[in-house]
Amino acid sequence: MDGNGPVIPNFGQGDACVTGDHTFCWGWVRDHWSDTLGPALWQHVELTAVAVGIGFAIAFPLALLAHRFRKLEQPLGAFSALLYTIPSIALFQLLVPFTGITWTTVEIALVAYTLVILFPNVVAGLRSAPPDVVEAAEGMGLTRLQVLLRIELPLALPAIVAGLRIAVVSTISIGTIAAFLLPKGLGYPIFVALGNPIPFKTEIYAAGGLAVGLALLCDAGLVVLRWALAPWTRLARA
Amino acid sequence: MSSAAEIVFDRVTKRYPGRDEAAVDDLSLEIPAGAFCVLVGPSGGGKTTALKMVNRLIPFDSGEIRIDGRDIRTLPLTELRRGIGYVIQQVGLFPHMTVGDNVATVPRLLRWSKRRTSERVIELLELVGLEAADAKRYPSQLSGGQRQRVGLARALAADPPLLLMDEPFGALDPITRHRLQTELRRLHRDVGKTVIFVTHDIDEAIQMGDRIAILREGGVLAQYATPDALLADPVDDFVAQFIGGDRALRRLALRTLDELPLRPGESGPRVAPETTVRNAVSLLLELKADALTVADGDRVLGSFRLADASELL
Repeated sequence: MDGNGPVIPNFGQGDACVTGDHTFCWGWVRDHWSDTLGPALWQHVELTAVAVGIGFAIAFPLALLAHRFRKLEQPLGAFSALLYTIPSIALFQLLVPFTGITWTTVEIALVAYTLVILFPNVVAGLRSAPPDVVEAAEGMGLTRLQVLLRIELPLALPAIVAGLRIAVVSTISIGTIAAFLLPKGLGYPIFVALGNPIPFKTEIYAAGGLAVGLALLCDAGLVVLRWALAPWTRLARA
Repeated sequence: MSSAAEIVFDRVTKRYPGRDEAAVDDLSLEIPAGAFCVLVGPSGGGKTTALKMVNRLIPFDSGEIRIDGRDIRTLPLTELRRGIGYVIQQVGLFPHMTVGDNVATVPRLLRWSKRRTSERVIELLELVGLEAADAKRYPSQLSGGQRQRVGLARALAADPPLLLMDEPFGALDPITRHRLQTELRRLHRDVGKTVIFVTHDIDEAIQMGDRIAILREGGVLAQYATPDALLADPVDDFVAQFIGGDRALRRLALRTLDELPLRPGESGPRVAPETTVRNAVSLLLELKADALTVADGDRVLGSFRLADASELL
């Protein structure tokens, strides 16, 4: 790829660290933040946010349906699990005839993977309301909808956030493979670096490190979100 | 304060699909307004089923249940349930809500004002022996006994004329259970609601109820009577066996000395007027005394002899 352009990085033009193939060159990272790493990081955030956002928007109503009509849970769960068994690179290729070598192709594949994580988690969350709690709620005269909105959904929050954490972290990780298809995201600098006759370590470590850092940061953010939304889960038992 | 409701089971039958024996078989029962009625019996007697038919958590096949003369199936489901307090053994507190929000559930469903709701919450917490500060705590921060107190407060919140209680103290340790039993009796006297209370423990039934319905396997009503009548006159062998032995002594435990026509004058060691007759008899035997003096502080009410006890039986 990029056959006509200059080889990045150009070992001949870099500073002593780069030309000497040292393990990690801060100078390179600083010089190429704005043209390589920064945009790649931002694209990766976008890639992940869209995939998890759409995945959640599909998984959540499906989970509500499966919760309400229990017969639907198995077929829906089996379908999303089937998607998950397809290797991601293969799935990209399978989609190319339909959606081309586009951003859409990447997102469809990533959304499919988030579904299989989010759907069962939301269903399990909705089921996690203890039977005595639901019985008490019904016995007190809450309608079916009130039981869902006031009891089951809030109690499902920890499981939903747990699902989101796995979905976000795995999408950030799988998202690097999108670079097979498109020159976007944190996977791309890694691909380019690997394409050098001598793989350029600094670029691999920097982009890989950013992906890990992004995953950790998002995960921590979701933990804080759960802490804020579900205050009862932070209490030690009496 | 709303008045208590009269509940009538009129030939109610319930069969679960795939089972030969009925869960509740042709049950007829009249529970007067303000009564504390205990449904008791072995497992398979249909007592919980009978209870849950009243708030229509379990539908029944035939017959009619009336609350204050109204067929419960003619009332909208949520309206019926919001007018009935419901307490279960596992309590079923909403773990994601504070104690205060739990208690406020039905008042909010009924769209009470914020001020009226929060005043009611405080009032109820104090009624069941908790503190106003407990309103801010979460159920997981409470002991089992405290949770059941909250469950009771939540059930009483909108002042329902009827309270359904399904083995509410079954999961508690004996000391906590005894304390809550005593307090529930006092509460029942104070708030004057109709209570239907399910238990498998005949001693709890005798202690709590002013009417006891014994249900046997297959959901058949074996006997419906006051505790005293039940102990005095079990209707058949099943009931006699279910109640167990020591029936005369247990009848004496239902009465206290101040309810008796005492002999005039002072004679023997002093005891308090709220002593049960059973304990008085025990004391007479233990102290080898002929009589006990019943005294309220310094004021002598009269005296009591062993012969007076057998008069009661």
